[in-house]
Amino acid sequence: MTPLNRFQMAWRAAQDIQDGMVVNLGIGIPVLAGDYVPDGRDVFIQSENGILGCGPLATPELAHPDLVDAGSRRITLRPGASIVDSASSFAMIRGGHIDVTVLGAFEVAANGDLANWDMRVPNKGPLVGGAMDLAACAREVWVIMEYNTRQGGARLREVCSLPLTAVRCVTRIYTDLAVVDVTTDRFVVREILDGMSRDELQARSGAKLAFAPDCGTLRAPPLGETT
Amino acid sequence: MPIDKRVATAADALQDTPNGAVVFISGFGGAGFPNVLIRALRDCGPRELTIVVNSATHRFSYTHELIAAGMVRKVICSAARGHDKSGLSPFELLHKEGKIELECIPQGTFAERIRAGGAGIPAFYTPVGFGTNLTKGKEVRVFNGREHVMEEAINGDVALIRADRADRYGNLTFRYAQANFSPAMATAARCTIAEVREAQYDPLPQPEIQVPSVFVKRVVAAGEGIRP
Repeated sequence: MTPLNRFQMAWRAAQDIQDGMVVNLGIGIPVLAGDYVPDGRDVFIQSENGILGCGPLATPELAHPDLVDAGSRRITLRPGASIVDSASSFAMIRGGHIDVTVLGAFEVAANGDLANWDMRVPNKGPLVGGAMDLAACAREVWVIMEYNTRQGGARLREVCSLPLTAVRCVTRIYTDLAVVDVTTDRFVVREILDGMSRDELQARSGAKLAFAPDCGTLRAPPLGETT
Repeated sequence: MPIDKRVATAADALQDTPNGAVVFISGFGGAGFPNVLIRALRDCGPRELTIVVNSATHRFSYTHELIAAGMVRKVICSAARGHDKSGLSPFELLHKEGKIELECIPQGTFAERIRAGGAGIPAFYTPVGFGTNLTKGKEVRVFNGREHVMEEAINGDVALIRADRADRYGNLTFRYAQANFSPAMATAARCTIAEVREAQYDPLPQPEIQVPSVFVKRVVAAGEGIRP
């Protein structure tokens, strides 16, 4: 019963990205999911800086200083890619043209409220970027995060304790211990790590969990630091 | 007289920037920072500026030098974190001491407020930010059963933007993700100054033009520019 690592969490989320989707992947773990979209699914990755059709990271020979994603990574373009300015990029986002955004998070509440931008770090300025636009307006909002904080605190909660990014927006949560759907008012566990009991998962949670009738086992191939 | 918006140096382009000006600065994700113009503005030394820039400081931009030089009274941005990981950046220090005003807004709202300013739309409603700390006190209205927040347009005095090529009329092209906020900022400022890789006398081919000449007042050729 080893919890999934960050690559495995990204892999698990990527398995649910469907053929033909337009997806926006947040910085950190979510952007790793782009590498694990199953073969044969034709997917466009959008980045807030205006790129529709991000490809893999650029090799040093191909890297261009102006061909970067929102996280300042030098990338390539996939066939059929296009690039627009920021106002048009956020028209894609606010206008409901992004099927799924996958974001990192600190906390999610049982009603889908998301807190992922302000950890209340003392003396640090606020940094919101495009998180609120994506969370409020993508057609679906998926979260990848560890089930608990480093101190063992609950990230799945009745009510978020940190400042909100958007209200009632998260539909699915991928973690190292479980995959959880967020319905209108409660968490429904879809998959749970092999060997972890429902009681233990509940004990690590800050809100009541329901378990889907077909609740399955959370599995991922060896990836990243485990290989 | 034939139109020619090309000026010899960045200093020439910026010398009439007044104290108290509202200054747009382009750039995001490592591309499109008008660093030659930012340095020239620092050397001109106007005070009490409001800068409208996506990142208050960014590791590929010199915006922090304007702040450190005490020229900035207010920052409107979507990311207000200093790039100095080892401690408080000059920006965070000044903000903590109450010497610099900060307005942090979601990035799409930032872009749209500028776009609206350039398009003659004084305000608009957006669902983004409803129910969060960043829209406290703003007017809320329900459209189609969902709460929206009223956001006001941003207009400015000067826009410093980075493009790839220009012609003497002020038409501009961009390279890859270089455009980001530049097209919107160009429309929303009374005086838009474009720093470009190449500024040519002959007109650019029409299908390549991404910002039309009407939005650009001055053009400065700066080659590949400079980067921290």
